[in-house]
Amino acid sequence: MGARVGEKTVRFDMPPNILGFSSVVGKDEKNGPYGACFDITFEDSLWGEKTYELAERKMQLKAVETAIEKSGLKAGDIHILIGGDLLNQIISSGFVARQMGIPFIGLYGACSTMSDSLLIGAMSVDGGFAEHVVCAPSSHFATAERQFRNPLELGTPKTPTAQNTATAAGAVVLSAQRGQYPSVISATPGRVVDFGINDVNNMGAAMAPAAAETIITHLEDIGQRPEYYDAIITGDLGIFGSKLLIKYASELGWDLSGVHRDCGMMLYGDNEKMHCGGSGCGCSASMLNGFFLPEMIKGNFKRILFVATGALHSPTSALQGETIPCIAHAIAIEMGCSI
Amino acid sequence: MDIKKHIEETNYQNYVKQSMPKSHLLKECVMAFIVGGLICVLGEALNDLGEMVFRLDEDGVNAFRSAVLIFLGALFTGIGIYDVLGRFAGAGSIVPITGFANSIVSPALEYKWEGYVLGVGAKLFTIAGPVLVYGISSSIIVGVIYYIIGVV
Repeated sequence: MGARVGEKTVRFDMPPNILGFSSVVGKDEKNGPYGACFDITFEDSLWGEKTYELAERKMQLKAVETAIEKSGLKAGDIHILIGGDLLNQIISSGFVARQMGIPFIGLYGACSTMSDSLLIGAMSVDGGFAEHVVCAPSSHFATAERQFRNPLELGTPKTPTAQNTATAAGAVVLSAQRGQYPSVISATPGRVVDFGINDVNNMGAAMAPAAAETIITHLEDIGQRPEYYDAIITGDLGIFGSKLLIKYASELGWDLSGVHRDCGMMLYGDNEKMHCGGSGCGCSASMLNGFFLPEMIKGNFKRILFVATGALHSPTSALQGETIPCIAHAIAIEMGCSI
Repeated sequence: MDIKKHIEETNYQNYVKQSMPKSHLLKECVMAFIVGGLICVLGEALNDLGEMVFRLDEDGVNAFRSAVLIFLGALFTGIGIYDVLGRFAGAGSIVPITGFANSIVSPALEYKWEGYVLGVGAKLFTIAGPVLVYGISSSIIVGVIYYIIGVV
């Protein structure tokens, strides 16, 4: 069983292995610079379904099925499915779990769900409570617009700091099975941090302090400098949020500029239509599973720190004048250190 | 590590405000002026069409022009063009009557899956509702003031 290290970090005794992983993305993501990396892509945002909600569900289902298949397992081997998405009552995940018939834990961590689910999944596996666990977040541009913003066809422009919710899903199979795989070495659960930003079109600025706190706490806890990792990957800070993270971390004596990557900045490349970049649970999930994990297996990265970030507000709280509480969890993944 | 002990909240907010990417005000005003202006030119052309070709009286021309513009706004919303226009035209496509049509048709399209009563019926005015509420309220107030001034 794992042990606590430093202030907040958990180090796993028998680091859970990432046996299989998958990514499913829509058209804009496919047309981005990493389009060729993803397992399944589709053109039409309805993907042959009647509603966008059904399309998102299909994405998450395909991601779960593909990840299980790629690990050489069967749905019946999975002990726990940990899912989450951005919709009210996390319906995409609940309905996918209904179809899969695997014991289900639903999470709401907003865009941090990939980290969130890996954290709980790794704890379950290392604690000996589950042999194989699937972690599966998803988000869909059209369902998120309906949930948080305006109807799709409404002709209002977005502000320059706005980000685009990614139409993407990813799934990771964590397992106690030994072998040469990327494995989850340690994890640092983050605190909810709120710096009083209330502009829901400026999530990057709202989330940057949470990311900074979790990354610095993690590095302090394990007694390492940022260069210890080949990449420190934030979820969806976007262009402006990333700039803030680098600036404030360096003011506190941590220079992240050499190793920092942001999934939100990477997903769409220089596409101006996306303003500050991508966001959503699927943004970090698809980049982790489509790009970073395959790169680790190829040997291009040995150690990464994956820090998905989330904004924990709702349209109601925003209208009532509340500021945006944010969170970030850090997951350290290392290649081939498995016992 | 408690980040709040190291970075002051108001400093952070001030820095964010000062360094965040800003809208290109001049460019957006010019685009709004051009697109909004073109929509108004179209309105004028419809006026002339009603007056000269269909020989309508003044009330008829007004109704004809508005109806055609609303129809066009709804049509372009329906075929998915109005939001693309709005992305670069900004206020230029929101302020004219075509923008009002867009604000009603877009929720109608969006919420049809939740049914015609609790979906379309309930959500039809989610965007246009505030405009109607305060538009009608203020015209009532202005009307009352106008009446009182008339009586005095």
